[in-house]
Amino acid sequence: MSDATTMLNRNVKHTLRNPVSVFNGAIFPIVLMLMFVYVIGGAFDIAGNYVDYITPGMIILTICYGLSGTALSVNSDMTRGIINRFKVMDISRSAVLTAHVAASMLRSLIAIAVLVGVALIMGFRPAASFPEWLGAIGLLVLATFALSWITVALGLAAKDPESAGMISVPLVILPFLSSAIVPADTMATGVKQFADYQPFTPIIEALRGLLTGAPAGGDTIAAVAWCLGIALVGYVWSLSTFKKRA
Amino acid sequence: MTSSAIEASGLRKAYGDKVVLDGIDLEVAAGTIFSLLGPNGAGKTTTVNVLTTLMKADAGTVRVAGHDVVTETKAVRAAIGVTGQFAAVDDLLTGRENLQLMADLKRMPGAQGKRVVEELLERFDLTESAQKMASTYSGGMRRKLDLAMTLVGKPRIIFLDEPTTGLDPRSRRIMWDTIRQLVGEGVTIFLTTQYLEEADRLAGRIAVLDQGRLVAQGTPAELKRQIPGSHVRLRFAGDAEIAAALRVLTDATRDAEDDLVLRVPSDGGAQSVRTLLTHLDTHAVDVEEFSVHTPDLDDVFLALTGRTSEKVSN
Repeated sequence: MSDATTMLNRNVKHTLRNPVSVFNGAIFPIVLMLMFVYVIGGAFDIAGNYVDYITPGMIILTICYGLSGTALSVNSDMTRGIINRFKVMDISRSAVLTAHVAASMLRSLIAIAVLVGVALIMGFRPAASFPEWLGAIGLLVLATFALSWITVALGLAAKDPESAGMISVPLVILPFLSSAIVPADTMATGVKQFADYQPFTPIIEALRGLLTGAPAGGDTIAAVAWCLGIALVGYVWSLSTFKKRA
Repeated sequence: MTSSAIEASGLRKAYGDKVVLDGIDLEVAAGTIFSLLGPNGAGKTTTVNVLTTLMKADAGTVRVAGHDVVTETKAVRAAIGVTGQFAAVDDLLTGRENLQLMADLKRMPGAQGKRVVEELLERFDLTESAQKMASTYSGGMRRKLDLAMTLVGKPRIIFLDEPTTGLDPRSRRIMWDTIRQLVGEGVTIFLTTQYLEEADRLAGRIAVLDQGRLVAQGTPAELKRQIPGSHVRLRFAGDAEIAAALRVLTDATRDAEDDLVLRVPSDGGAQSVRTLLTHLDTHAVDVEEFSVHTPDLDDVFLALTGRTSEKVSN
């Protein structure tokens, strides 16, 4: 077993001890989805089946929601003595971080599966072909990878668990200011501009395009570029913070 | 293989303009217990962090197990085990899983790893609690688990940073026995402590650390020759009695803090105490209170630095 696999095994055990952390990520987006589809969404003027429109946005929100658990578990590793034990052992320095990212991705993907299950019951009917399905899954894996790395960096940078818990809040708010729930075109000018130029809009649009069988080239390229950029920043930032904190 | 397990020279470390280590030189022979003695804030943990590759010194060289800590970090890490001041256990794993994690990280094959884990649980009397999460363990159990985790893979050099601080007397005794057993197996131990008694009982050599400098180094016997030995404290009812006592006890000195107390050098043994009291009795000097005082860290500090350890930590 490599060091990273050993560490992942440890993180998976942590998650299994506390399964609520997985479902927390899914429950709020599910409640929101129920509210928007059955309560508020009726008033929206959106072409087609609204549940088809909102599901991609809720999938991304699910990823963001699960990240507070990641920030917390990274931070508690750093603030408790265990990290010093790992540091004085002859093991790969990045194994601890890689394992956190992998565990975070696993939790996100499970929560997404639960959410998609509920969406299907509510009448979500994706029109994606097989290659588009592969594209959508690929994009989701890439997005969870990128968001997990940036969250690991934030968790490492946080002084204590309390601030680590708060640090992922912006990541939860950003999808609301994107085209997750309603198209950006319908928003006030300032908000629309923000929505157009923040990473979640292209990521959600790309995912929506792939799932509804109408992939949008520009959005997909922008989404992949954003994800790669976020992943790179998160990775570099994580490693440098990790080295600095004794 | 040289006979030195740890060699450090000219270690310096400062945080901003606060100097924590101010030129530390030390040498620890393989298979011995070396104790770094000092009050809180003297720089003990910083020294351990530098010796164990956790922290880089600003200046100076360190060789551990014959390897340079800066250029051959991996080789040093493979040779050492470290138990820090605060138990470094994974709270969300059981005792057994914590040990298994160490076995996996030491890349032990499955069967060997399992055997080592069970042996250590047995050795530290943790078999019964092996299935419980470490978060439910008492302070003493956490320390035991922590040390057990350090022993996975049989490191040749073990660093123990204040291993008994905060332990109850029974757990402390168990820790001492374990340390002695390890040295019996040929392991080198680098131990920090704030207790002179602990260093005295365990260590072959003691170094006294004060404000980032080593103010004394030697065997416990050598060190104790530098500090005032044990003495008898006699308390008297008033000035008249004190004056009478001073006339008959030529080697007595007044206590610095209490006017009614005299300190008389004595080994504290029954014979010498009896002689002393008989001597006072024959001269009809009444003693109100009597106690035997053995030297502690405060005495060491007073003798070596002219200050008490209390003042040092402030």
